[in-house]
Amino acid sequence: MRYLPKSDTERRQMLDALGLDSLEQLYSHLPQDVLLNRPLNLPAGKSEYEIVDYFRARGDENAAGYASFLGAGVYHHYRPVMVDVVVSRGEFLTSYTPYQAEIAQGTLTTIFEFQTMICQLTGMDVANASMYDGSTAVPEAAMMARRITGRDKVLAAKTVHPEYRMVLDTYSRYEGAPVAEIGYDSESGTLDFAGLEKQLDEQTAAVIIQSPNFLGSIEDWRKAAALAHKKGALLVYVFTEAVSLGLLEPPRDADIVVGELQSFAHPPSYGGPFAGIMATKERFIRQLPGRLAGETKDSNGNRAFCLTLSTREQHIRREKATSNICTNQALIALMATVFLSVYGKQGLRELAGQNLSKAHYLGGGVKRRFSAPFFNEFAVKTNGGSPDEVNAELLKRKIIGGLPLGRFYPELSDCLLLCATEMSKREQMDAVKKAIA
Amino acid sequence: MYPENFHYTKEHEWVRVDGDTATMGITDHAQKELGDIVYVDLPKTGTAVEQGKTIGSVESVKAVSDIYSPVSGEVVEINEALAAAPEKLNEDPHGEAWLVKIRLGSPEEITSLLSAAEYLSYIGE
Amino acid sequence: MPGKVRSHINQNEPLLFERSSPGKKGYQLPELDVPAVDAAAALGAANTREEIEDFPEVSEVEVIRHFSRLSTWNYGIDLGLFPLGSCTMKYNPRVNELVARTEGLAWAHPYQPAEVAQGAMEVMAQLESALAEITGMDAVTLEPAAGAHGELTGVLMIRALLESRGNPRKKVIIPDSAHGTNPATAAIAGYGVANLKSNDKGVIDLEALSRIANEDIAALMVTNPNTLGVFEEEIAKVTGLMHSRGALVYMDGANMNALVGITRPGDFGIDVMHLNLHKTFSTPHGGGGPGAGAVAVKSHMEPFLPAPRLTRVNGMWNWNWDRPRSIGKVRAFYGNFGVALAYIMAHGAPGLRQATLDALLNANYIRKGLEPYYDLPYQSPSMHECVFSDERQAKLGVRTMDIAKRLIDYGFHPYTVAFPLIVHGALMIEPTETEGKQELDLFIEAMASIAKEVETDPQFVLKAPYDTRTSRVDEVTAARKPILRWKREAAVSQAAD
Repeated sequence: MRYLPKSDTERRQMLDALGLDSLEQLYSHLPQDVLLNRPLNLPAGKSEYEIVDYFRARGDENAAGYASFLGAGVYHHYRPVMVDVVVSRGEFLTSYTPYQAEIAQGTLTTIFEFQTMICQLTGMDVANASMYDGSTAVPEAAMMARRITGRDKVLAAKTVHPEYRMVLDTYSRYEGAPVAEIGYDSESGTLDFAGLEKQLDEQTAAVIIQSPNFLGSIEDWRKAAALAHKKGALLVYVFTEAVSLGLLEPPRDADIVVGELQSFAHPPSYGGPFAGIMATKERFIRQLPGRLAGETKDSNGNRAFCLTLSTREQHIRREKATSNICTNQALIALMATVFLSVYGKQGLRELAGQNLSKAHYLGGGVKRRFSAPFFNEFAVKTNGGSPDEVNAELLKRKIIGGLPLGRFYPELSDCLLLCATEMSKREQMDAVKKAIA
Repeated sequence: MYPENFHYTKEHEWVRVDGDTATMGITDHAQKELGDIVYVDLPKTGTAVEQGKTIGSVESVKAVSDIYSPVSGEVVEINEALAAAPEKLNEDPHGEAWLVKIRLGSPEEITSLLSAAEYLSYIGE
Repeated sequence: MPGKVRSHINQNEPLLFERSSPGKKGYQLPELDVPAVDAAAALGAANTREEIEDFPEVSEVEVIRHFSRLSTWNYGIDLGLFPLGSCTMKYNPRVNELVARTEGLAWAHPYQPAEVAQGAMEVMAQLESALAEITGMDAVTLEPAAGAHGELTGVLMIRALLESRGNPRKKVIIPDSAHGTNPATAAIAGYGVANLKSNDKGVIDLEALSRIANEDIAALMVTNPNTLGVFEEEIAKVTGLMHSRGALVYMDGANMNALVGITRPGDFGIDVMHLNLHKTFSTPHGGGGPGAGAVAVKSHMEPFLPAPRLTRVNGMWNWNWDRPRSIGKVRAFYGNFGVALAYIMAHGAPGLRQATLDALLNANYIRKGLEPYYDLPYQSPSMHECVFSDERQAKLGVRTMDIAKRLIDYGFHPYTVAFPLIVHGALMIEPTETEGKQELDLFIEAMASIAKEVETDPQFVLKAPYDTRTSRVDEVTAARKPILRWKREAAVSQAAD
């Protein structure tokens, strides 16, 4: 009970002030039949040492110290020490949503910087203070597109992360809003533009594409945007690998950009918690969900920041809000902000360049399944056995191989999705190449 | 404060009729209740509107209030100036900060609205 | 000035973009051990960006100074009482942060093979079962990302269950004291909202509920204790009534901190609920997130939980995706893990119960201490928070927000302002259990002192705060003329002014 600051003497004094004899009297007005008349069936409290030890032991049961070539939406990138130094400061870690602007300028300023950097990276005019993660940002973008266009139908590329599409399906099914799939070209591994053109119609609210897509291929967002706009639909651009923004031309023709921030300083964490982004054009601000920080002045005329345009949000508009979203992922967005400050303009480009070089080394001399340009991930046909067999072989050598694509794409059951980052070492990549060759 | 030649609603809108066109806005009482108005959402020109139905909203920093059409008809003009200067709704709600002009579809509806005296007694002033 | 406050160095700091100057670096990458690839050649020139325009360039020292200085402009629990009602701002134990960074857990990839992910799955399984025991429910999912996301998950499950019975129904009943997320969630799940007025004690009016709970009603969303901090004493009758009408009951677990170890939602008829792990279970708010919204259900709703589910086969954990009746996925991968379990382990069963009792004690102690100074609109017994109104002060022109701003000068974060909506001018105060008597006495003293200031000089209170680096912020201009990002042009013209 080391987190409880009161002594029994203090408790006694406070009970006396209330005219009570025991703590139990504090809830004596609760009906007897709802009371739990036994202790919770949980162990007694543990010391700090025991807790640390327990988690270390659990961590050791995982793949601590293994090399990994998994990407598929979650990436291994080095985390500069500075990130934890900053986010461990109690003033950031233990503060609340900055509704009281006068004593939350630290958080508000970093959110404003975050919004600015996301705009600079994505080529959009405005970005919110973050979303839960990349996957939930996709249905939020779909809902936003429906509000803007007044149309229902959404076309999602089959090469958008399969789990993101599952989340989109869950949200859309209950809204009664149809989601149709656009296939991919089996040679290039990019969007089937003929199929897109055929499916686009006057009921389409949005076309959702991912780039680099789930198979690693870079998509032609200009072409997708032109086709979508011709029919009055919006283009939603999704990314899962944020580091790609360091080298790739930002999707300036898209109307909404959403993506996952995990690559910017958040460890893979077995899938969560992460943070997502959402950015859009100036004219759609009023339809953007989530929190926004804005610049203003205080009563002395000094620059200050505050949360703004909050009438879009649930705590004011209730059932008419743009979304039910309440939390943003401020601390994870702060990690990203620190990460981007450390790398900066040159560093992010150089980092992305190393990812590109490593992945192209890994992808050299193997049977890549698709011909389109790729960033740090690609699909490869395994010759040295099935994808599972190759992975099993690598695992014996403390290497986690790629994602067997058959799990999500039965037609690619002979392929692995491999990812290399700045943390991939040449000798490990050689081992992988040998295993698949 | 509340012109005699205007008609009023219990939802705090006012209407001024000129021939077959009604100009409408929100009342001084409404702007005071809302406080500093920061945004106005208005219907598009050409929209068909129905008496008592929502046609837009006005927002303060921490509140949103729907605007209801006091009459039925078609929106023929909206006050574009309010987009850049919503504060006008606080400064001159019965004049410069009118919201929309509606070509009356059912002129007889006007008789169902409140007079200035009735509105004043409704808001307890 | 009583209490905690003294002036303190509080340095100026420009934005990162204004600190930036070309050529500065705060990083060094390892030497590349493979041939460098030309980006334009590999990606295509049209796909390759020239530069990231106006992106900051700063050194490592400047990075740490920048963020450290900004941090001093924030208030946090580490600095003192953070009495935000409904937000449960309790101490965030640092060991939680440490274990979240345990290498084998932090660096586990969600797609790594099950045989090298047993530790991560075990932690999640342990957390699920502890939360099930605490809530009296049968199964728990950690997939939802936050409280409101948990609500959506729960309401979608209600919809799925009712659909399987043949009729999803049309509306969800929500009491007028509810959090704004409840109606927003119902709307996103495709339900209309039927508002339920609270009675004069601030709780659900059973007769009024009975009148509106017809065959169109899918569920009741209830917060217990409600947002007044009052336990719904007739909750068992409420859930019984809803069930008898073929509807379900969702509980918003935002206020679970008042119940742990004393009573369990599963034992008073709740079908499905969410827990805000960042409230009751001490994961940090971090300036607005990450949250974590575990959802707990009774067995009849288990088949509808989001996929995948943990299963144990031959002594090994695995993910079961074969869930034909599941609502689907509400988020990629599996959910947040780690930190909340560390909290539960540290307290253990007796500690969790003691934490609840201390939370109740603190709230009632504050209530007693402030009753002479502030109007208490509902006299019902308080659980973990108490709600006053500004009625007395408003007569002198001072509103709850003004009192809150003045409280900052006394070294405290404000309470929750103007919520719940059923109290006009609400002051909603939740101290949590992690405050000692001394801090509470300082708070009561500060609030009493402000009440006296309001009587002697209301104008003075209206302009507070005085002792913060930033004085009252102009939120009106921020909303009328939104500036949501830094731009170079703006910076140039500002410098020229």
